Amino acid sequence: MSILAYNGGAIIAMKGKNCVAIAADRRFGIQGQTISCDFQKIFEMGPHLYLGLPGLSTDTQTVMERLRFRLNLYELKENRRIHPKTFSSMISNLLYEKRFGPYFVEPVVAGLDPVTFEPYICNMDLLGCLNVPVDFVVGGTCSEQLYGMCEALYEADLEPNDLFETISQALVNACDRDAMSGWGAIVHVIEKDKVTTRTVKTRMD
Amino acid sequence: MSSVLVPEIPAPGFSFDLCQRNNFLSKKGFQVPKAIKTGTTIAGIVYKDGVILGADTRATEDTIVADKNCRKIHYLAQNMYVCGAGTAADTDMTSQMIASQLELHRLNTGRIVPVCTANAMLKQLLFRHQGHIGAALVLGGVDLDGPHLHCIFPHGSSDTQQYTTMGSGSLAAMAVFESRWKPGLSEEEGKELVADAIRAGVFNDLASGSNVDLCIIRKGSVEYIRPYDVANVKGVKQSSYRYKRGTTAVLAQTIRPIIIEKETICKVDTESMDTSS
Amino acid sequence: MAMLNEYSGRNLPDYEFEAVKKVHFSPYADNGGSVIALAGDDFCIIAGDTRLSSGFSIYTREQQKLFPLSNTTVLGCSGCWCDTLTLTRILSARMQMYKHEHHKEMSTPAAAQMLSTMLYYKRFFPYYVSNMLAGLDENGKGCVYSYDPIGHCERSNYRAGGSAGALLQPLLDNQVGYKNQEGVDPTPLSQERALSIIKDVFISAAERDIYTGDGISIKIITKDGVKNESFSLRKD
Repeated sequence: MSILAYNGGAIIAMKGKNCVAIAADRRFGIQGQTISCDFQKIFEMGPHLYLGLPGLSTDTQTVMERLRFRLNLYELKENRRIHPKTFSSMISNLLYEKRFGPYFVEPVVAGLDPVTFEPYICNMDLLGCLNVPVDFVVGGTCSEQLYGMCEALYEADLEPNDLFETISQALVNACDRDAMSGWGAIVHVIEKDKVTTRTVKTRMD
Repeated sequence: MSSVLVPEIPAPGFSFDLCQRNNFLSKKGFQVPKAIKTGTTIAGIVYKDGVILGADTRATEDTIVADKNCRKIHYLAQNMYVCGAGTAADTDMTSQMIASQLELHRLNTGRIVPVCTANAMLKQLLFRHQGHIGAALVLGGVDLDGPHLHCIFPHGSSDTQQYTTMGSGSLAAMAVFESRWKPGLSEEEGKELVADAIRAGVFNDLASGSNVDLCIIRKGSVEYIRPYDVANVKGVKQSSYRYKRGTTAVLAQTIRPIIIEKETICKVDTESMDTSS
Repeated sequence: MAMLNEYSGRNLPDYEFEAVKKVHFSPYADNGGSVIALAGDDFCIIAGDTRLSSGFSIYTREQQKLFPLSNTTVLGCSGCWCDTLTLTRILSARMQMYKHEHHKEMSTPAAAQMLSTMLYYKRFFPYYVSNMLAGLDENGKGCVYSYDPIGHCERSNYRAGGSAGALLQPLLDNQVGYKNQEGVDPTPLSQERALSIIKDVFISAAERDIYTGDGISIKIITKDGVKNESFSLRKD
């Protein structure tokens, strides 16, 4: 078993029309045993910027805190909001610094550009190799299932409410075919003027 | 001593803090996960007036495609580009680091950096890490001495060639070059030859796929064509899988408006940069 | 050697030589491929991709992975291709023996049971094949049986297996099984819808699974016999 699958978890992010959505399951487990059903894997890094960190939970939290530290220093120094693209490079550099002893996380970034409000999503492998596609990104233990769902369900330019349906169906159905993730799901839809957070009903087994 | 106010400046370079922990975990039977590899076809040729580099655009994570349209021809300098195969993070970061070094070198020397300098820097970096940086590169560029093409292996050895290929699809691509490359190709012939070599990799090597990117470096100009050829397109879906709103059961919902209360613009006096040193 | 033995107290790591090593040999190969089967009220559809590959190379782009066993039964196989060939050969021989002994064709549930027994018979050197048996049962209703390599057998209405099984299955749960959907009434699967779902999931799988591609062959089993169809996928 891989260390990335020690705690389990799944995260996905999708682009819509002038909006992005990011969703994650809520399980925290140790291998097969579920410990809690309200674990946070998506973190708010700014009003329009969300970061998902699937992988080993201890690293999820460490990396989040290290990034928050670097982000705060950046925003204090620059006196402006960070762009999602800049933030992604920051993560990438943080991870690549640990090239030979990596953090076991595969970050997913979703956000809107603070100036133009362009949607932006990206993900990375655990060494920090950036991947910036036009449609969706996934991460976590059931990435295969998520890829299968997203490739079929995804359509470009979905309205925020439709995007919510698509992303939650993709996540929930993928998690049902993975023993390491599930147990509740949380979905954030980020728009220019508001962020809608929904907890989704799922199977709890 | 570090404090919250005066954070310690971290040492540059790689950090090995987590090696001990990760080693311990892998001894416990948790294998270290695989990084994204660009199981790749990359190729380059020298033609009449310069160099043509080519690459496919698929990045794989084991047997799953992680990125369908990734960029494998990286910028090094105005007259130099490099194609990367191997561990995706390594090729990206290595070319970024060398690109910044080359730019500094250019500013220091005030002339076009020769391609052999980039070659030396890359192989020194790779040799220093004894093959642990998994980057296999095809470096191409044009300098005062004309066009140059090198291929650099992960352990730090390099070759200088007129045509070369790298990556998992290298044999397929080399087969095309061996049968059709000749000295003094025209630009159109060269582009088609490299594209055919990449296509050979795309269709016959499972780890390569999607599109063909090309980069043509001439004396004084560069043309980066991305994509040069869309070799594969996604099939057209038979029906739409859009859901009716309300299909997903929602337990709780919160909406947080983002309100911009005040906006101030501070004018900063522009001061010319200190360039005395 | 005698010289070395005399100085056995000395450590000569530089001159160590390796003893004869047992050459590692794996009797199994993974030739990839995915199979999908959907059952309706009066039909059953089974589809498999046509790429046969090993490692990073493609052996052929047009390999049928579906084997008709009788007029109402089709077997889909993926995994180790040599095992598939042997298994299906023995299977069709036994189908024929049954026919001659009992003067009738074996029904799909009976074939399913026989396949399970045959797989378990090789419990400790199994056929490395993921099987999917599709057909019509005694009442003319579609049925799908899926197996693990050592003969566990399960009947269901929709199933995906092989290298892209993980990519295909959740979408079937959602679109055919109507899982996790509120306020939808599950309409019985029609043949047209089944076909379009199969094509769509294979399009998605070909995007992300390197072992799935080139094309799919589809067999539609109804009481009137087996109808063939094919559909092309991306070739990279």
